[in-house]
Amino acid sequence: MSSTDPAEATSGHNSAAGAPAGTRATGTSLVKRGLATQLRGGVIMDVVTPEQAVVAEEAGAAAVMALERVPADIRRDGGVARMSDPALVEAIKAAVSIPVMAKARIGHFAEARVLETLGVDYIDESEVLTPADEVHHIDKWPFTVPFVCGANNLGEALRRISEGAAMVRSKGEAGTGDVKEAVRHLRQILGDIRKITQADPAERYAWAKQLQAPVELVNEVAATGELPVPLFCAGGIATPADAALVMHLGAQAVFVGSGIFKSADPPRFARAIVEATTHYQDYQIVAKVSRGLGEAMRGEESGGVVTRLSDRGW
Amino acid sequence: MVAPRVAFTGRVGVLALQGDFREHIELLGSLGVEAYPVRGPSELERADAVVLPGGESTTMSLLLESSGLLGPLVARLSRGLPALGTCAGMVLLASEVLDGRADQHHLGAIDISVRRNAFGRQRESFEADLEVVGLDRPLHAVFIRAPVVERAGPGVEVLASVQMADGTVRPVVCRQGQVLVTSFHPELVGDARLHAAFLSNIPAGTRPVATGPARARKDHVRAL
Repeated sequence: MSSTDPAEATSGHNSAAGAPAGTRATGTSLVKRGLATQLRGGVIMDVVTPEQAVVAEEAGAAAVMALERVPADIRRDGGVARMSDPALVEAIKAAVSIPVMAKARIGHFAEARVLETLGVDYIDESEVLTPADEVHHIDKWPFTVPFVCGANNLGEALRRISEGAAMVRSKGEAGTGDVKEAVRHLRQILGDIRKITQADPAERYAWAKQLQAPVELVNEVAATGELPVPLFCAGGIATPADAALVMHLGAQAVFVGSGIFKSADPPRFARAIVEATTHYQDYQIVAKVSRGLGEAMRGEESGGVVTRLSDRGW
Repeated sequence: MVAPRVAFTGRVGVLALQGDFREHIELLGSLGVEAYPVRGPSELERADAVVLPGGESTTMSLLLESSGLLGPLVARLSRGLPALGTCAGMVLLASEVLDGRADQHHLGAIDISVRRNAFGRQRESFEADLEVVGLDRPLHAVFIRAPVVERAGPGVEVLASVQMADGTVRPVVCRQGQVLVTSFHPELVGDARLHAAFLSNIPAGTRPVATGPARARKDHVRAL
């Protein structure tokens, strides 16, 4: 399933040009985390049709998230939110050349297996969908396809990594267009990382207990000063300045859900957020791309939401 | 891993619009080479060599244009600016992209035709040891939704190849003059030998003349 697949192995040998020596290994941690590394500095956009996927790709999206409803509509419509129709995922895959991600419910490994057979490039085990299991997340190690999971704090991030997540995104409060929760979650994750780098070895055991996370991962964070996998930011990013804000706080890339296709001018918003994510340290560029952009998604103040999606995850 | 030593004393600008530029900067740093991120024309101007990292080539293509780098980079490359491109960087440096977006820019710095995502999707991404001409032992190569070279022009040296699912053998490391491209990501495994080979291949005489402060900085780096 994971790692070395004999069918993939090459008996490679060719002349002076060189050839692979040894077998090929798929689905390894290096290969899974490697794709997340390639997405850094980029914007991953939620799209609900192949046409939107093309708009996103043309605007410079590093990847798209294929789903049936953006989080703002999931909030509005209510009901149980599930994995998207495979036909939609396939149509979006066919429309673009960039990586395509799709969401499975928390703990719903059967949905995840279906998405894997569809050939999606990343699975988001997402709190935006209605959870299928209130105790367990998916055991992600046996999959060949990599997973991204949400986290509110460092303990949640490290638990997801211990289950095999190859990318973590701070959750924020999806579908609100309010960046406050994204800021809170990033600051919690990165603030605790900064503290752990100052902890002595005995204190790291206490950190592991407090975070309910393996001490080996706490030690790795202490040694490197960052998560063992890339940390991206999601949930509530609606403007170029929002993207610049979270990149400054330490996000390595941004997910934009409702913020693009609920805005007045999606192609321009998409492109402006892409440019602001790259040039987040250059406020003249952030100002330039923000100028005359029109109305951002209306949104709702995250404190007032009835269903807090970010509370999902254990 | 013990980093090889290089005699190169110039500055390497690493295109930092999107992708894994940080890994390239760190790896070049391990060789004792000054490397810095390039996001605009003034940063490009100071570079004695450039690296185009892994990432999404469509994203980088758009950002090259919007950041005003496209014209200056094409001009510098046509005058012989040494360039290393990995994965998306290979796609950008190619003279032809077989299945790119119609609006995707390619810089035409090396006479190759490249096919994107040639192995398939992420589940087909893999790691393997790879023999590369000129390296003492195999390089551990990570192929992430990797491109391959389907046509290499007469002036292009093929330094490594792999076998595809259909049995054909495709180049994955190519060099033409001072331009070196790889389908995979040497920057992800902390092995600096290809970066060292790239820099060692730059003859001192052909390096662009540096300005005053740059010269001082070079002396500083040499002293290290």
